[in-house]
Amino acid sequence: MKKHLTLFAALALTASPLAAQDLTVTSFGGAYGAAQQEHMIDPFMAETGVNVLFEDYGGGIAEMKAQVEAGNILWDVVDIEVIDLERACAEGYLEILDQSVLPDGDDGTPAADDFIESALANECGVGNIVWSVVFAVNTDNGPGPQTMAEFFDVEAFPGNRGLRKRPQVNMEWALIADGVAPADVYATLSTPEGQAQAFAKLDTIKENIVWYDSWSQAPVLLNDGGASMVQSANGRIFAAMQDDNAPFAIVWDSHVYDLDVWAIMKGTPNMDLAMDFIKSATRTVPLSGMQDVAYGPTRRSAQALLPESVKQDLPTAHLDVGLKADGIFWADFGESLGEKFNEWLLQ
Amino acid sequence: MTSTTHTLNPEDAANAAREVRMRRLQAFLFVVPLLVFILFAFVAPITTMLYRSIHNPTVANLVPETLTALEGWSGDTVPDASILTMFAADMKRMANDRTSGRLADEINRALPGMSSVIKSTARGLRRVDDAEIAANGASLLLAANDRWSDPATWRALKAAGPIYSSTYYLTSVDLERSADRSIVRRDTQIYVKLYTKTLRMALIITLLTVLLGYPLAFFMAHASDSTANFLMVFVLLPFWTSLLVRTTAWIALLQTNGVVNSVLMAVGITGEPLDMLYKEFSTVIAMTHILLPFMVLPLYAVMRGIDSSYMRAAISMGSRPLGAWYKIYLPMSLPGLSAGALLVFIISVGYYITPALVGGTDGQMISNIIAFHMQVSNNWELAAALGSILLIIILLLYWLFDRFVGTDNIKLG
Repeated sequence: MKKHLTLFAALALTASPLAAQDLTVTSFGGAYGAAQQEHMIDPFMAETGVNVLFEDYGGGIAEMKAQVEAGNILWDVVDIEVIDLERACAEGYLEILDQSVLPDGDDGTPAADDFIESALANECGVGNIVWSVVFAVNTDNGPGPQTMAEFFDVEAFPGNRGLRKRPQVNMEWALIADGVAPADVYATLSTPEGQAQAFAKLDTIKENIVWYDSWSQAPVLLNDGGASMVQSANGRIFAAMQDDNAPFAIVWDSHVYDLDVWAIMKGTPNMDLAMDFIKSATRTVPLSGMQDVAYGPTRRSAQALLPESVKQDLPTAHLDVGLKADGIFWADFGESLGEKFNEWLLQ
Repeated sequence: MTSTTHTLNPEDAANAAREVRMRRLQAFLFVVPLLVFILFAFVAPITTMLYRSIHNPTVANLVPETLTALEGWSGDTVPDASILTMFAADMKRMANDRTSGRLADEINRALPGMSSVIKSTARGLRRVDDAEIAANGASLLLAANDRWSDPATWRALKAAGPIYSSTYYLTSVDLERSADRSIVRRDTQIYVKLYTKTLRMALIITLLTVLLGYPLAFFMAHASDSTANFLMVFVLLPFWTSLLVRTTAWIALLQTNGVVNSVLMAVGITGEPLDMLYKEFSTVIAMTHILLPFMVLPLYAVMRGIDSSYMRAAISMGSRPLGAWYKIYLPMSLPGLSAGALLVFIISVGYYITPALVGGTDGQMISNIIAFHMQVSNNWELAAALGSILLIIILLLYWLFDRFVGTDNIKLG
């Protein structure tokens, strides 16, 4: 088995056209990728003369697992969601980073104080953005629900709900709508009773749910009338409102926020260069550029640079009504709840 | 002349034999690229997949001594202190190698929640020095988390130990081993349901393509050349269009404010838009459209070869057209029908993209859950077992087909 993989890896390596590139950085593409290109990749290339190949992927750790198992490391730096970071780091797909070498903020604050706590919480990553899963409504049909309890109230607010087809966030929201305090959500979900409670609450809106698979579908559903309210990454709705003047409104109540971090693939031959890139990309000014797509910067000094008008559109302004996604919980229960969720869907 | 072969002298015979060998070698050289391609692109991955579904050495490689020590353990109580100490030392080593996550992942599959227990325990033991672990390993471990005092945790560790196991196949058919090693139903019942559903949907799609494709192929085969060519373009045009484009087109047609609903509402057939997208209905419709050429092309090719004088003869001798079709034409077109049906059925059983895009909840097929285990849950062994069972089902159906219809009766033209 190992021998086969090594053989395939050797073949793939000799065929690889990437050998001439200096550094491969992988992220999620789209408007977010464009913002990273402008504020992080291009300045780094201009300052250092290093040639960066910027690639896209769809998230998850399957591709990292494949590269590390085959010993064929194609990526150097990767943008990864914290919900996946915990596993990728503990399973040895990522390098341990020396966070003490991160530069001070532009206002002189040491990095350790400048970064928000969760940005440096994992030894394999350095926080890049704060993003959030919110629900949004189409205001053409009136103001719509304003709280999570109302989102789950089909009688007061009829119409389809667009939700991403996975247990993450949906289970949390169901419990919050059922009256569980946000602080107790993950403890409740760890018990079979709590899981049953969440599914029972989801049952009450099951007939009104339109399921989708990728964030890009959320604004589309809201726009074409497939759903009158949708779950979405906040940036997607923001972009639709900003660029297309879509009649949408974001509701921040009980949003589930998370971070994306920069991490380095285990076994990369370009370790030093990769770390240089992360140091450069997570300085104050590059981070503040992430406001272009309504994602909050992970440095306090970068937040200070944002105009007041923009701040209200970022998750960082609403952390008090939000819930931090628990990567450790989902590493524990992602697979078993994934199966139960699929079973529930088929009922 | 007739007896020349008997009078070949030894030299000629040797030459003839060499000639035959040369030709064989030549023929072989022609197919070598194909053989190599099949070996690398088909045989190797499938063998790897079949192997992976029963072979998982992760736990055995991570904690070999602990597993050996657990062999003599009864399973009813917490193992004795020497084993716990040994395991505590393993945990420290794994924490420093950053491999505790792999053990956590494996044990978590049997006991959800163990992932964080293993990782946090390992983190806690990372900085403890070796002498302390050798002396107090057992109590350090028990103090780290309550679940280490639960025999079920140790049973899960022991059960994950064997390098070769049938666990993944059991899970694939919604079964598991209970504490006393007997086979019982799992709490979560999902995979058998999905297999049945996948086969049922594939059957519906096959029947629909027959209903739509047979009359069309019949008409094309008996129309003038120009008409047939014109229609052929319509059959092939979607075939040349990207699969994603065709699937997305169906989304545009079927969505709530889409083309179909607008027409239905304008005509007054329905007052409010119908929910057609993200249903089993939309999966069946879109897949029928996408797979229709696979039915029409072999049917058309076979029907073109059927001499129309057979039908004329039957009718002129007094048979009704329908009877003549049933007795003469259908049996003659059967090879094309078989080929088309088999193609459509087998392709739709493993279809992934269309159900993922337009299927919503109830349009899910087994391929979507295989993708879930490949990409999200990272349980490649289970994905391999699910895929192997799908392969076995298809081979079984092919065998049944061969028994009842006969593979000689398949013709692509």
